[in-house]
Amino acid sequence: MAKKIDQAQVRKVAKLARLDLTEAEIAEFTGQLIAILDYVEKMNRLDTENVQPLAHCLPISNCFREDIVKESLGTEKTLANAPQRDGDFFKVPKILDDTSAA
Amino acid sequence: MQNELLNMSCKELRDQIAAGQVKSVSATRAVFAALKKYEPVIGAYISTFEQQALTKAGEVDDKIAAGEPVGQLAGVPVAIKDNMCTSFGATTCASKILGNFHSPYNATAVEKLLAADAVIVGKTNMDEFAMGSSTETSSMQRTVNPWDTGRVPGGSSGGSAAAVAGRLCFAALGSDTGGSIRQPAGFCGVVGLKPTYGRVSRYGLVAFGSSLDQIGPITRTVADSALMMNVIAGHDAADSTSVERQNVPVCDYLENLGKPIANLKIAVVPEFNAGADEQVQKAIGDAVDVYKGLGAEIIETDMPHFDYAIAAYYVIATAEASSNLARYDGVHYGHRTQAPKDYIEVYSKSRAEGFGKEVKRRIMLGTYALSSGYYDAYYLKALKVRNLIRGDFTKAFERCDCIMMPVAPTTAFKLGEKIDEPLTMYLSDIYTIAANLAGVPAVSIPCGFDDAGLPIGLQIIAPAFSEDKLLQTAAMYEAHTDWHKSKPAIIR
Repeated sequence: MAKKIDQAQVRKVAKLARLDLTEAEIAEFTGQLIAILDYVEKMNRLDTENVQPLAHCLPISNCFREDIVKESLGTEKTLANAPQRDGDFFKVPKILDDTSAA
Repeated sequence: MQNELLNMSCKELRDQIAAGQVKSVSATRAVFAALKKYEPVIGAYISTFEQQALTKAGEVDDKIAAGEPVGQLAGVPVAIKDNMCTSFGATTCASKILGNFHSPYNATAVEKLLAADAVIVGKTNMDEFAMGSSTETSSMQRTVNPWDTGRVPGGSSGGSAAAVAGRLCFAALGSDTGGSIRQPAGFCGVVGLKPTYGRVSRYGLVAFGSSLDQIGPITRTVADSALMMNVIAGHDAADSTSVERQNVPVCDYLENLGKPIANLKIAVVPEFNAGADEQVQKAIGDAVDVYKGLGAEIIETDMPHFDYAIAAYYVIATAEASSNLARYDGVHYGHRTQAPKDYIEVYSKSRAEGFGKEVKRRIMLGTYALSSGYYDAYYLKALKVRNLIRGDFTKAFERCDCIMMPVAPTTAFKLGEKIDEPLTMYLSDIYTIAANLAGVPAVSIPCGFDDAGLPIGLQIIAPAFSEDKLLQTAAMYEAHTDWHKSKPAIIR
């Protein structure tokens, strides 16, 4: 089966997951993920060649409805939990640096 | 008087309130008096709403005095797990990342409780984002088991189960992704029902594993579970995975509850039960014997893929969680890091500061399982194993009405015993997870105590959308036993 997960991969996964982990956490998670994945790989004992994947259990697929405009939350309720706001906007740090601004 | 009040079931209390024999305000006051006394020890609630509860109770009492119609839970004080959105108070999921989040709307299940005239006592503690089996991953506080304050209440709906067992409410809502209603109900000696996936709207339930999550009741009696289901079950246009009425109608779950089922066929899985502690095995065996005595036929079945349920679950649930929890980015709501260097740090530092260890671990596992090069080996494989597990149920239910097994391999374990060993903690979910993977309903009911006086839970699993028969089956046992009448010593 797959090569055991190592610290370099754990760092990469942390970056993908946007989790700024400490070195101690990287080390701890690496060990724990190795153990958990070892356990999970017992699934490989099963032959699933001809088995369909099951993503959910309901006998329903697409649920359509009429596209009708309904009342929405409104500005105040929507912004009420904003960590920072500027008038009617969510305020966030600059995404483009000055040099890339056209 | 107060104790008498608090020992009533939901249904008894509702009937007495509706008949004008008991005031909802008295019941609500009794709950808050009990809270003052026991809550400092039990720690079941993250937040409580005394003023609001008393106001609502007063309104219900007034309606009854005026002869106006009232809802099915008229004046009954209930609790809500803190992963269900409420337009009042905070919704924390026991996580720092939600900070001081105040939901702009109510979850549908909450809306239905309110419409049924229930009185909301408060929001209960849980494992952070419902990730855990002991309520110890909560970043808010510790909840203990009312039966032994040195032990966990189970999880993740540990606060709800402890509140119901500790008489700090009459019923509570929990959510169950891999056993989070049934296992704490078992550990706390109460009734916990995970309905069929799609039976109760998940709108406003903070998502963990969307194909597995289901809201359900935790109560002290089977009838109360049925009563709660009468209120919360049904289709909701706001949840596209809730099932349409015309396909599978919601029934009156109380209607046939007292009637025994003739020719009931129960399956047990001998090799599987053998994995539980001896005292748990014995209690389950005795419970099955009670059914036998009531005329049920007991058959043996094997569930050849059950042994792979935990492996498949911890891939699927964490994969879904890693995707669901991507929304906590510090932009629109929740915790945002101070002085981020750039916008990437808004995400990565806010998340690192806001999430606890178990949540981070599961996001890591799920992200890995979904990442390029590993998707087929883990996620796709797990979905196929899931299908095999559902097949085990389909096959078994051709020969029986329900399957009985323990809800957990042990009784409540000690605080701190498993918290540093994630895999050991995951393995304690062995009996509950398969029902989530297959989407079928399952209930845990009290069926005895071990030598240390800790409750043991009997789990009954039934085919999809047969909650009526499942609860009827559970009620047969309850009517012939007294386990559900026992009370934890600290509140006696």
